[in-house]
Amino acid sequence: MTTVTAAPPADSSTSRRRPDRGRRREVAAGYLFSLPFLAVFLVFTIGPVIASFLMSFTDLRSADIRNPLAVGLVGLDNYAKLFTDETFHKAAFNTAYFVVVGVPLTMGLALAVAVALDTGITRFRAFFRVGYYLPVVTSIVAVAVVWRFLLQPDSGIVNTLLGYVGVEGPSWLRSETWAMPSLIAMSAWRNMGSLVIIFLAGLQVVPKEMHEAAAIDGAGAFGRFRHITLPMMRPTLLFGGVITMIGYLQFFEEPFVMTRGGPLDSTLSTAYYTYNQFGFGNYSYAAAMAYALFVVIALVTALQFKLLGPKD
Amino acid sequence: MTTSTHPEPVAAVTPVVAAGPPSTRRRRRNADIAEPRAIPWVYAVLIGGLVLLVGPFLWMLLGSFRPDRELKQVPPAWLPENPTLENYRTLFTDLEFPTFFFNSTVVAVTITVGNLIFCSMLGYALAKLHFPGKRVIFTLVLGTLMVPGVVTFVPLFVLVSNLGMVNSFPGLIAPFLAGPFGVFLMRQFFQSLPDELIHAARVDGAGEFRIFRSIMLPLCKPALATLGILTFLASWNNFLWPLVVAQSEDKYTLPVALAIYAIGENNSDYGLLMAGSVAIIVPVLLVFLVLQKHFVRGIAMTGIK
Repeated sequence: MTTVTAAPPADSSTSRRRPDRGRRREVAAGYLFSLPFLAVFLVFTIGPVIASFLMSFTDLRSADIRNPLAVGLVGLDNYAKLFTDETFHKAAFNTAYFVVVGVPLTMGLALAVAVALDTGITRFRAFFRVGYYLPVVTSIVAVAVVWRFLLQPDSGIVNTLLGYVGVEGPSWLRSETWAMPSLIAMSAWRNMGSLVIIFLAGLQVVPKEMHEAAAIDGAGAFGRFRHITLPMMRPTLLFGGVITMIGYLQFFEEPFVMTRGGPLDSTLSTAYYTYNQFGFGNYSYAAAMAYALFVVIALVTALQFKLLGPKD
Repeated sequence: MTTSTHPEPVAAVTPVVAAGPPSTRRRRRNADIAEPRAIPWVYAVLIGGLVLLVGPFLWMLLGSFRPDRELKQVPPAWLPENPTLENYRTLFTDLEFPTFFFNSTVVAVTITVGNLIFCSMLGYALAKLHFPGKRVIFTLVLGTLMVPGVVTFVPLFVLVSNLGMVNSFPGLIAPFLAGPFGVFLMRQFFQSLPDELIHAARVDGAGEFRIFRSIMLPLCKPALATLGILTFLASWNNFLWPLVVAQSEDKYTLPVALAIYAIGENNSDYGLLMAGSVAIIVPVLLVFLVLQKHFVRGIAMTGIK
């Protein structure tokens, strides 16, 4: 008892006693602790973010790599070129297709699994959670290689299983129609696990009393899900939607390994096309494309926050 | 109602108390909300989903033990008819897989250690120290959380090649040594520790670095474990930058090597590709299975708060 009451006066007297030297030491420590991170961060992250922007207004090509400052300014030419480049339009359309179908599909599947795991099942709960999360920790490249194997037209397991039920599966990755849905299915398969965990955590904030009260008032399971669970989970769904969308807008490894962007550019993504332009040596054009993608990511994120964010 | 507030241990064994709210909350949720009849369906759906999720991994594992002839067979056999280790032998003796393994490990470990040091220092400064410019630093770091790798890789390549670091370990490592995600995570965690610890140590005459190193950092072990695992995993699986910067086989990381084999002249040697996939995935799976609670906590800490 005595120690507790004695402590506060001692504390306040010391804090009054150390305004100068101690304060200065704290400020110095603050900068010293920030320095190592900031040095690396400014050179390798902030620098390139700014340089990428500036670069997009020049005609920098791979030949200029030793002398990147001696390039010509071309104003908005690179951005103007985006409007006439049909391959870019195709890539932008493919990216939109991937996001518009892939994000809701992944979220829907993850929400269904999270709700199922939250129904009160007790057996194997941890086991399921681990199982569903498993694909998330694996390399996309390895997963894409495996899926290419599963989707082989003749000897692939997918078409073999379809054959058992009398369906003749297409040549998935060589079909302009089916290549993209195959990539989307694979991405939903790989990414739903992290959303399951995020959604499960989100479901814990829904008060059980609200469900009980609604059940007593005669609300059915679907009605309770629609009018209690979903609104209460709005922030979680928003967060899940935003991170999934940001990831999907940049999809690259999947077509790189599975289809090389084909057939006929039907799975070429914006990030993949940026990489290709970089490979052709068109650095400034690649930078402009990357910045356009970045702006889209920022805008769509802001829009999602506006539509789904807290309403006051 | 009265029984639930009753603290007597004797009461706990009586059936009346067993029906009280705290102890049977979970069971009541089953009864009232989930309707017990629905439970078998829930299990059926979850197990079905699990088969779909784990199935491809099993097929990969089985495939890695099959000879090439069997992999092209129509229809495929369920189990390997002539199991062989030939694919693994080729992988580790004819190809440079041990080198790729070594490269991936060096890169991922260095990046992880760098992030643990740099991010915990800055995270601590942002959470617990007061100094001018702190808000600017925080905004700057947080602002880049959303910047995709595809935005920075072109100028980064120009920079790295002018520093003479193309096709080298420094080139593979340096751009990822200080990631914004780690700062965010460590700052969150340090904020949850009481300021009184720092005040008391200052009164006792401890220096600022000593307070950080000997008092605050040891309390952060869970957050450090989470950050370490997530960073290691991200570097192990990272693809775009190593693909750009590693230009000869002796610097390839595992995903780069696998992708290049998968689209190169070996592109239909599925036995080899499956064995390669197993080699990339298995180390990570083992780490994940042993330390899975840290993954879950990492997502919860950064995602929900």
